[in-house]
Amino acid sequence: MSGIVITVTSGKGGVGKTTATANLSMALALAKKRVVAIDADIGLRNLDVVMGLENRIVYDLVDVVDGICRLKQAMIRDKRIEGLYLIPAAQTRDKTAVTPEDMIAVCGELRPEFDYILIDSPAGIEQGFKNAVAPADKVIIVTTPEVSAVRDADRIIGLIEAEAKGPPSLIINRLRPDMVKRGDMLAIDDVLDIRGIELIGVVPDDESIIISTNRGIPVALENNSLAGQAFKNVSQRLMGQTVPFLDLDAPKSLLERFSRFWHRG
Amino acid sequence: MNLFDKLFGSASNKSGKVAKERLQFVLVQDRIKLPPATLAQMRDEIITVISKYVDIDHDGIDISVTNVARQSRLVANIPILRSKHSV
Repeated sequence: MSGIVITVTSGKGGVGKTTATANLSMALALAKKRVVAIDADIGLRNLDVVMGLENRIVYDLVDVVDGICRLKQAMIRDKRIEGLYLIPAAQTRDKTAVTPEDMIAVCGELRPEFDYILIDSPAGIEQGFKNAVAPADKVIIVTTPEVSAVRDADRIIGLIEAEAKGPPSLIINRLRPDMVKRGDMLAIDDVLDIRGIELIGVVPDDESIIISTNRGIPVALENNSLAGQAFKNVSQRLMGQTVPFLDLDAPKSLLERFSRFWHRG
Repeated sequence: MNLFDKLFGSASNKSGKVAKERLQFVLVQDRIKLPPATLAQMRDEIITVISKYVDIDHDGIDISVTNVARQSRLVANIPILRSKHSV
């Protein structure tokens, strides 16, 4: 087994990187894959909280890099799902505590053991971003349908292209189909005006994300959440499956489908 | 799609459309690193120079900045009505 390293990043903060990382990790594990999620946001760790594993941290990524513990000791097993692990970030250090070479080495050690290694990148384009992207085989950029977030996504695409990582994929998060319909939100096509990027998912704005994050249970674990289903669809696309729900050629029908779900309640 | 018209033309007051125009505006700025006033000036000067030699259809002018394979490209589509100087 040689795992694929997927880095989730965005440029702008607060668009849902951590939520996306937690849910994609969970969804991939639900599909019987062996998954490890790494929080690369050193000093501002949050993936542990979103995944509901914050009470079980003993060692963290910086401890591994500093040789204080073995990699296995920093891996927290998620007891709810077979094959899902978290490597938390350090909370007391900063981005400079880890180098891109460290991240490549850590991922190199994890690859034989896992199908997927997901890295939750910090916001920004500095050291933390560089650390998160260095070992990536694939980069997922999360944006929301807002000018500021899409602009930052465009910047990130430029930086990823310069790294020769292959074309990144885009998740449009927190879309509100009702607002798009009445012309008060950027539509999927408007966001895709930014240069060459593959759309891998559209996640509707969904209260259940907030509720599940309050509880520390990623929404992908729940069956009746539309956002959870959207993340599951993304995970299936990551596994190479074609998921008709995200038909790129027919964004209108996609919107209508979301809209139908929406009004179904 | 006439980007410059979108940037400088009149906009509907729907906020989604305004957002789209503002997005395209900042992306052009970010990519070619020219401030908006300079872009508008460049467009006017291009039109002035071409107008010296040919009559052009001002309504049909389409000047946009696109990105192809990491290279910014200025594409001008200017309909000519007639030449001013017959040979």
